Amino acid sequence: MTTLVAPRPLAAAAPARSGWRVVRRAAVPVGLVAAWALVSAAGWAPAAVLPGPGAVVAAAAEIAGSGMLGTYLQASLLRIAAGVGVGAGAGLVLGLLAGVSTLGEELVDSTLQILRAVPFLAMIPLFIAWFGIDEPFKVAVIAFAVVVPMYTYTFLAVRAIDAKVLEAARCFGVTGARLVAGVVLPQALPGILMAVRVCLAVAVTALVAAENVGTREGIGYLVAMAREYNRVDHLFVCLVLYALLGVAFDALVRVAEAALLPWRPRVAR
Amino acid sequence: MAAAGGAVSAGAAVSTVAMETAAACITGLRKQYAGRAVLDGLDLTLRRREFTVLLGPSGTGKSTLLRILQGLDAPDAGAVLVPLRTTSVFQEPRLVPSLRVLGNVMLGLPRTAPPRAAAREALAEVGLAGHERDWPATLSGGEAQRVALARALVRDPELLLLDEPFAALDALTRRRMHGTVAELVARHAPAVLMVTHDVDEAIALADRILVLRDGRLVADEAVDEAGDAGALRRRILGLLGADSVPGGPT
Repeated sequence: MTTLVAPRPLAAAAPARSGWRVVRRAAVPVGLVAAWALVSAAGWAPAAVLPGPGAVVAAAAEIAGSGMLGTYLQASLLRIAAGVGVGAGAGLVLGLLAGVSTLGEELVDSTLQILRAVPFLAMIPLFIAWFGIDEPFKVAVIAFAVVVPMYTYTFLAVRAIDAKVLEAARCFGVTGARLVAGVVLPQALPGILMAVRVCLAVAVTALVAAENVGTREGIGYLVAMAREYNRVDHLFVCLVLYALLGVAFDALVRVAEAALLPWRPRVAR
Repeated sequence: MAAAGGAVSAGAAVSTVAMETAAACITGLRKQYAGRAVLDGLDLTLRRREFTVLLGPSGTGKSTLLRILQGLDAPDAGAVLVPLRTTSVFQEPRLVPSLRVLGNVMLGLPRTAPPRAAAREALAEVGLAGHERDWPATLSGGEAQRVALARALVRDPELLLLDEPFAALDALTRRRMHGTVAELVARHAPAVLMVTHDVDEAIALADRILVLRDGRLVADEAVDEAGDAGALRRRILGLLGADSVPGGPT
């Protein structure tokens, strides 16, 4: 006699309702904040070491009330924009070049692999010697930090394009700059937007390092002042600002993905 | 049954065809891979308005020949002459996923009004009017291949190269595509060189059937609408090396 069993589906029978998904995603962060509030309210940790959520919100309101928050945020965002613009722009061009042409790869790839081995933090003393400690230095640090990841992801994205489609396009007379702009770049765009996400995350890290030196405005300056005056609540505000920057950048790229990739079949995120 | 409209003196010897009637001229073509000659001194003249089907066992250089005619590969020796307007349909649709259907048909053409109108017309001809703004990812396999066909036809080709264009389609879609292709070829009258593995497909569409084996042509047969298709089929299957030839539909 044969034993019959019901097949056990690997996938859930039906996707969970989106409302519950949001609840599940939020559960752990909300729980952590609640635990934090509990610990500080119960007085298990001194306020000078661990200020409660309320104290941090109050500190944020204080900074915002002084009008400094907007100015500082703007200064930091401009640095990121300039650094990512220069670094990711260069990485994009080099990645496309190496991805599309073998000659380009031979000329470019070895240099970028060498640069990849150099931590951007190690470049800071040299960049100070070259650019001083003002804006050009900060932009250079961020640009250096993002150029290699942008290059690498762009290169991989171009190489992942179906070679048969490119061959067909060439066959129909699309070559050179028209091939890159009209066929290669759009198809590499999902990978390139992924690269932008990585670059923005790296840029925030580089921003912290760059604003550690010679800064009179920016989130890094807030950090320096908080350290100077031993304001742990202000340090927490700065951490939250960095986290919000990261979340905002991610959301920005997601919006760009939805707008720029209408041709991609919808897949579950 | 042969494709409609192919009124051609298919029995004439290749060497006597005058250049005015030739759509492609191949002499002494050689191509080798890793020391093995896939094409070994091939001579072939394709005639205008003639639907030629190239058959042959796997690995005999059928696709290599098409790649050389498309200018994708260079021959090792020999001369190849093709018309300026030579276009292709590949085994896969090879549509650019980031371009809409109309953009794919217009690939490489100037983005002006006349080609746009021609592209719309070509889409209507392959039965895809109204799909201009669709994305390739939303098309079925048969629809995508029809777009590829429209992309080839919109250039008004003098020579149309088809590399197993129906191989990836299901049987029903394939039959419908046969009808579309026969009709379009009859209307546009390009010279066609189609590679396939399917002898019945060859007999259904061709005016002339070639069999490639060991880098050379071992058969060059005219398909006569009034002729004995069953006998032709058995003869070709024999040349292709089918050991036992089952009686197929005729």
